Amino acid sequence: MWKFFHQMASPPHFYRLAGILSPWLAVPGLALIGYGVYAGLFLAPMDYQQGDAFRIIYVHVPSAYLSLMAYVIMATAGGIGLIWRIKLAHAVAAAAAPLGAAFTFLALATGSIWGRPMWGTWWEWGDPRLTSELILLFLYFGYMALRGAIDDTAKADKASAVLALVGIVNVVIVHFSVEWWSSLHQGQTLMKKGGPGMDADMLYPLLAMIFGFKLLFGSLLLRRIRTEVLFRERRTKWVRDMILSPEGGA
Amino acid sequence: MDAIQMGNYGAYVWSCFGLAFVIVLFAEWRARLRHKRVYQEIEIRIKALEERE
Repeated sequence: MWKFFHQMASPPHFYRLAGILSPWLAVPGLALIGYGVYAGLFLAPMDYQQGDAFRIIYVHVPSAYLSLMAYVIMATAGGIGLIWRIKLAHAVAAAAAPLGAAFTFLALATGSIWGRPMWGTWWEWGDPRLTSELILLFLYFGYMALRGAIDDTAKADKASAVLALVGIVNVVIVHFSVEWWSSLHQGQTLMKKGGPGMDADMLYPLLAMIFGFKLLFGSLLLRRIRTEVLFRERRTKWVRDMILSPEGGA
Repeated sequence: MDAIQMGNYGAYVWSCFGLAFVIVLFAEWRARLRHKRVYQEIEIRIKALEERE
């Protein structure tokens, strides 16, 4: 078991494996997204209260899930890097941050666009879900700025990992904000007790979009980790051998 | 036509899907570009070292 983890954490092994796995995640991810977009826009019935505006959930919900998932990956990887000093873990954390920021921005923007016709406002400062999600975006920016501000990679890894671990509190707040406080934002729909509160014709495209986005995110993350590993290992023998080999290693 | 208008919510719905498309495309482009740059920089440095040796 330990041998397996040790092998997985080896940069050259991971570099090769990620290169193989990435397209295997991207292709089914894109297929699921293709189905989800078509079914969400054209096949799912109109919501009786929100009309066609409800279709925004097909991009808003998957991006909101990813905004939290990316942060959990970033903080967990940072924690593993801090405790066990695994170099690859810090590369994972560094690679996850820009993707997390992108999907957090998408979740905020699509939520805001949905809020205009439904709530009559683009933004509501008093809403805990909206505000905590915005703080999440600032945490991503802070994390990336901190990494960028420290030249020494080892120091940047440690400092940013501490920031990511502290910020995990906000992920819990984002998740439970609709239960803990009175909020304009609707409560849990998919994970509520007694099963999802949606019709199957609306639910299946949403699930396809959620899993499609996750697979695509996985593919993008693997490719970003590869680049991060390559950069960090640029002075090592395996990188030199790979680049000088006739096949290359791009 | 109905699919475009989306019951007068077309501008909201299509802008969300459009934005998602742009962001995913941007993330893909950034990932490719950074990998290409890092790889080329390392390749140039290693080949220069090889020639010197």
